[in-house]
Amino acid sequence: MLDRMEAELESDLRFMEVCGTHTVAIFQSGLRSLLPKKIVHLSGPGCPVCVTHESEVNAFLDLAANERVIMATFGDLMRVPGDNGRNLKKAVADGARVKVVYSPFDTLKLAKENPDDIVVFIGVGFETTAPTIAATMKMARQQGIKNLRVLCFHKTVPLALDALLSDEAINVDGFILPGHVSAIIGTDPYNFIAEKYNKSAVVTGFEPLDILQSLNQMIDWRKKGEAHVVNNYTRIVGENGNPKAVEIMYEVFEPTDALWRGIGLIPGSGLEIRSEWEEFDAKKEFGITIEDCAPLKGCKCGDILKGIKQPDECPLFGKPCTPANPVGPCMVSTEGSCAAYYKYKLD
Amino acid sequence: MSDKVLLDYGSGGRASQRLISQLFLGHLGNDELNRLNDAAELSMSGRLAMSTDSFTVDPIFFPGGNIGSLAVHGTVNDVAMMGAIPKYLTCGYIIEEGLPMDDLEKIVEAMGEAARHAGVSVVTGDTKVVPKGAVDKIFINTTGIGDIIVDPAPSGDAARPGDAVLISGTLGDHGLTILGTREGLEFEANVQSDSAALNHLLVKLVQELPEVHVMRDPTRGGLATTLNEITTSSNVCCELQENDIPVRPEVKGGCSILGLDPLYLANEGKFLCILPEEHAEKALEIMRADPLGQDACRIGTMTDANPGKVVLVTQLGGKRLLGMLEGEQLPRIC
Repeated sequence: MLDRMEAELESDLRFMEVCGTHTVAIFQSGLRSLLPKKIVHLSGPGCPVCVTHESEVNAFLDLAANERVIMATFGDLMRVPGDNGRNLKKAVADGARVKVVYSPFDTLKLAKENPDDIVVFIGVGFETTAPTIAATMKMARQQGIKNLRVLCFHKTVPLALDALLSDEAINVDGFILPGHVSAIIGTDPYNFIAEKYNKSAVVTGFEPLDILQSLNQMIDWRKKGEAHVVNNYTRIVGENGNPKAVEIMYEVFEPTDALWRGIGLIPGSGLEIRSEWEEFDAKKEFGITIEDCAPLKGCKCGDILKGIKQPDECPLFGKPCTPANPVGPCMVSTEGSCAAYYKYKLD
Repeated sequence: MSDKVLLDYGSGGRASQRLISQLFLGHLGNDELNRLNDAAELSMSGRLAMSTDSFTVDPIFFPGGNIGSLAVHGTVNDVAMMGAIPKYLTCGYIIEEGLPMDDLEKIVEAMGEAARHAGVSVVTGDTKVVPKGAVDKIFINTTGIGDIIVDPAPSGDAARPGDAVLISGTLGDHGLTILGTREGLEFEANVQSDSAALNHLLVKLVQELPEVHVMRDPTRGGLATTLNEITTSSNVCCELQENDIPVRPEVKGGCSILGLDPLYLANEGKFLCILPEEHAEKALEIMRADPLGQDACRIGTMTDANPGKVVLVTQLGGKRLLGMLEGEQLPRIC
């Protein structure tokens, strides 16, 4: 199949995956080392940790130092660097109470066990995680839990892709669309990729063969001058996604403008807690506002998340930015593209 | 005795004496320990292997063992990896006041059983009880010493290009069990720690095949970290075949849900054996004849291609680095 793909290609096919799990799958399976040179693999803004803005990271690190607060978080955020070399691991060593949870529902128990404290869950993630967090808030209300808050930094994927495609500096022929996010939102929200920008995009599973199949289709379509948005991951993703999850998500959250690390403000691409649910809103409770700030000098996270540069083209990559001393979250998140390059790339 | 460990039990007074005579000597006692001198009197000569390890595992009880059996297995295995017959152990306890006496008894009983099975004697020990919160339930340090029976002893810097890389069984069982138990995660399938003393098998192996270059147990950091240590020390490259690496389906499944890689999870009853290619079949035969090595298999070869690196040939036939982790593995968002 790889030989056939190489033979079919008249020029480079630049494809972007928009999901950290795909980034890791492509490297971990060794697929990247097998792809023909003409297939250029770019990692997009699909790792929720990586697109969490510097100001958002600093906000949760500040809040972790609050003695009234027990922070609850998914494990990925523990090593994400804030300003002055801060991170949650170091905060714990300084006495902060931070609990790694496997599901947002774990925070209900944590809140019940610590009635005199405020449990704050760091809501970082895309459409994949937002519905579960919304369901957790609904359950907390049903159970009369008063000391649970959510620090909501959720972002939504389609508008980020729209922002990327409207940037002329970005040169992408097609997208491998995220399997997990699509399981929630379905495929309709991506139709603009073909209709407005004449590019192909395929919702894809995480096995190497899934990815190869999608690449193969995109090569065929390009040869014929066609662009399609297609769902290849039908064993998990329904055409309409999971309407119930979407309903719960929008019952609790509403769209808002969001700052993406390395990309900047994308109108309407974030989620915030609706006023009807403000008793859970950590931003309101602690007066947290997120302001844009200048990116760190030399850090090319933005160009990497947009597929303009490869991680090893960043002057900081490997020195001084390493998993031991990460300058940006892309080097520290399990699903970050810089981390994947550093961890898996042979040459 | 009280139903909980009190500060008095570490005081050196009567309470301490009762704890030692009734509990520790009851399960660990032998001629040397029973003398209760300030130090053990041992007669040893020649080349000795010595190792120490502190055990702080949380939870202290887990499917497949407890902190007591683990404290014996861990140190016995470290000594035996040097091609040595482990003989004596020391044992230091730091206990948090309030630990249920029943728990302590279960731990010491497991240590006694593990030591008898491994054929080692605990010859000296120490107990401290510290105020609540100063440690988490119980920490145990063990030091082991044994007679090296091969020359040269297997060593991490002795791997050579062309050597076969063998593993004694499935990977990740202990690490996933501990993580799962700690977080209260229930796995549908039965996953349990592989904690075991490997010394009888290791001794048999080096007696029959003194040509073994390296023996190492892939404990913390798992197979990937251990192999990286070896390739760095020996300045060789290890080429691993992903298809050949044994991982139980239930461990693979648990890891996939939690976003963990079984190749980085700790093992407490497995070892890597690196030796010249021509002896690989014989080594596998010896390993497979022992229940602790029944799943032994060859997983790779040492080469001179990328010195200091571990390269994984994936199921797809691609190649990628299998590097060292920066710290512990953390579960992911999605």
